[in-house]
Amino acid sequence: MKLQPTQTAVGGQQAKKTGIKGAARQKVLAFASLIILILVFSLLSGNFFRFDNLVGIMLSTAVIGVLALGSTFVIITGGIDLSVGTVMTFSSVMAGVFITYWNGPVWVGVIGGILAGSLCGLVSGLMIAKMKIPPFIATLAVMMITKGLSLIISGTKPIYFTDKPIFNKLTMGSIPGWEIPNAVWIFLIASVIAGFILTKTIVGRYNFALGSNEEAARLSGVNTVFWKVVIYVMTGTFSGIAGIMMASRLNSAQPALGSGYELEAIAAVVIGGTSLSGGMGTILGTVIGALIMSVLTNGLRILSVAQDWQTVIVGLVIILAVYMDILRRRKNKS
Amino acid sequence: MNALLRLEGIEKSFPGVHALKQCKLELLPGEVHALVGENGAGKSTLMKIATGVYTKDAGRMVYKGEEIELPNTRAARDRGISMIHQELNLLPHLTIAQNIYLGREPRKLRCLVDDHEMNSRVSRQFEKMNLKLDPRMLVSELSVAKQQMVEIAKALSFRSEVLIMDEPTAALTETEIQDLFRMITQLKQQGVGIIYISHRMEELQQISDRITVMRDGAYVDTVETMNMDVDQIIRMMVGRELYEMESPTSFSPNAEKVLEVKGLSRGRELQNIHFNVKKGEILGFAGLMGAGRTEVARAIFGADPVDHGEILIRGKKAKIRGPHDAVRLGIGYLSEDRKRFGVLVDMDVASNIAIASYKRYRNMAGWMKEAHINRTAEHFVNSLSIKTPGIGQKVKFLSGGNQQKVAIGKWLTRDCDVLIFDEPTRGIDVGAKSEIYKLLETLAAEGKSIIMISSELPEILRMSHRIIVMCEGRITAELSAEEATQETIMKYATMRSQVM
Ligand SMILES: Nc1ncnc2c1ncn2[C@@H]1O[C@H](COP(=O)(O)OP(=O)(O)OP(=O)(O)O)[C@@H](O)[C@H]1O
Ligand SMILES: [Mg+2]
Repeated sequence: MKLQPTQTAVGGQQAKKTGIKGAARQKVLAFASLIILILVFSLLSGNFFRFDNLVGIMLSTAVIGVLALGSTFVIITGGIDLSVGTVMTFSSVMAGVFITYWNGPVWVGVIGGILAGSLCGLVSGLMIAKMKIPPFIATLAVMMITKGLSLIISGTKPIYFTDKPIFNKLTMGSIPGWEIPNAVWIFLIASVIAGFILTKTIVGRYNFALGSNEEAARLSGVNTVFWKVVIYVMTGTFSGIAGIMMASRLNSAQPALGSGYELEAIAAVVIGGTSLSGGMGTILGTVIGALIMSVLTNGLRILSVAQDWQTVIVGLVIILAVYMDILRRRKNKS
Repeated sequence: MNALLRLEGIEKSFPGVHALKQCKLELLPGEVHALVGENGAGKSTLMKIATGVYTKDAGRMVYKGEEIELPNTRAARDRGISMIHQELNLLPHLTIAQNIYLGREPRKLRCLVDDHEMNSRVSRQFEKMNLKLDPRMLVSELSVAKQQMVEIAKALSFRSEVLIMDEPTAALTETEIQDLFRMITQLKQQGVGIIYISHRMEELQQISDRITVMRDGAYVDTVETMNMDVDQIIRMMVGRELYEMESPTSFSPNAEKVLEVKGLSRGRELQNIHFNVKKGEILGFAGLMGAGRTEVARAIFGADPVDHGEILIRGKKAKIRGPHDAVRLGIGYLSEDRKRFGVLVDMDVASNIAIASYKRYRNMAGWMKEAHINRTAEHFVNSLSIKTPGIGQKVKFLSGGNQQKVAIGKWLTRDCDVLIFDEPTRGIDVGAKSEIYKLLETLAAEGKSIIMISSELPEILRMSHRIIVMCEGRITAELSAEEATQETIMKYATMRSQVM
């Protein structure tokens, strides 16, 4: 092509820069709320800002955090996955089957458990992308199915991993010299990987494309059915990882656990500024969202706020966080 | 005569863009005032300020001798200022009538919607507009052209004193344009002031009384239409000479058939469509609105299923299950409906340009080669003169014509063998239009095959090597460049099938 360039186009650098600045400011804001929260609790109680308590917070964030990472992907497509909590349980039960029932090696159990999660994601993905069942319904069904299966397979009883102490070490052990449990590292690594997938790979770019205008993406030659399935498989895989972490931490697969976790994961994603209508969101936001949730629960517990009031307060915080995000967006627009 | 609406010294900036600099405009009652300028000149922005969509940074707005402020669109509408937007804004899951009366539904017993009254009001309106549409149809079932007519009907139903039309004819064909002009003449007689934005120069002569020209966000001049010819206006708009359209470049009629379509059928929409396009050829598709041209394009592209028919690429039968297959086989399709299907408005310019070609911009592990993508995007921003502060700008912040250029850039990046361009110059200014013509000719000369669907006959006539005319889902004629004239095309475009 030999079209003469004109003077109208200004260098791309400029806008790229302002774009990053805008995004950075959003993260700084979310980060600031987290810091404020930590400061407030530190002032109110001397027990809050102590190394072991902070490690405890990170540890309790780890499982929900990994679930939330996975949920971020589907939520950015404009979908939702209600099954992440019970898929997590299903994965830990499957790990129990491989390791305890069949006496298999630990690594088989770990990989098998994670793949069980991926498989659930595949099922949801196919129902949603191919059969066009709305995500809410499809994943609701998968949630009930996995919940039931976990109970059936385990005979409603916990499966213990006491024969294989190494399994517990996976998350509760730590690198010698560091007093931070592996679970925290796993969460951090998973976050980096998720962030990388979302911003640097094709799946990530298509993820945003699906969320912002699926039909336009399809007409650009994007195989929307395929990529949507891929995204649900990713979410399932993250749930699988969370399942293994959960089982390892409790040193047992608890078949009755898991319902309700999906809502906490969604809450973390939303507090992190990802829009439920799709098309925008960040992994860093989700990580901060998950941290805000557990700092809050932990802080309230240290201040001996009653369990039921804790739930009420978390609910209020969700409203506040999301409303602040909406206000900020409105300001950016005008 | 006292001005109906006067805008003075209007200023508006967006992050990174100084969109309006000391703009002015004066509208008299009963006047059709054309507003012209290149893509991104600031026409839509100025009009959005006049209707309360945006608030101005500085300047004065005087309406019927009184200075006004418009905090929102409601305030503008209450004063009798309404606008037909460049982008269609209808709700797809509501009916036509529900869309037109959204927010001001006629009621009975205070709380029930009087559907009957609403539908009959809309029917009456459509009758006046010579429009054959059922008000109870869902908007999602309408083509862009029909949606545009619904938008016009909606604006007319407000009984405004100032009516702003932002490229109302971009999606229309000749007959509907004439119907629209008739409506405009009637409104004029009632003393309504009309601001009319268009890139179709020949329309200005026909409909407007005065013309205001804008360039790069600034006011250039206001002139009487009678005293001007098209070339003078264009020179004021672009400030330079334009590429002259020549007769199409030659190509050998014996060239290889790149794409062959055989017996493509779907219900009444597509009836036994048969044609081919050769290497280096520009094949024009002419027809009236609803003739089935877009349906043919979408069927070839795999966007919609068909009942029968086959598609051959270089003589080999192609299996196209969806657009991704078509793209893999080297077919690109630029949709006529830019906002819904053409661009991803929430994503940036670079992602939009790369979206059809990511396979090329990734390494084995699926990482994107950002630097490579950005270089390509920069290249097209320059070569297509896309007016944007940078490749990181979200497409929704670009002007309509520049969004269209981004959509074109997407397919140029992909480097397809067969390009189906459905109304490629919709909403594009005269300068850019001639750039796009030149581009199409270059592509053809490089051996690409181009199918160009267009409702602008002069464009079809000057660009195509061969022209296919459609009517009611059938191909009614195939004309060589020599045989084709406006008259023959119109004759075949209206050749309705005999009622049996
Ligand atoms: N909401 C917005 N945010 C940022 N920039 C904007 C916004 N709206 C318009 N612009 C910029 O302002 C300039 C003027 O845009 P405008 O839409 O008024 O152009 P236009 O004259 O209507 O062009 P076209 O003929 O292509 O429709 C453009 O450079 C555009 O990118
Ligand atoms: Mg415009």
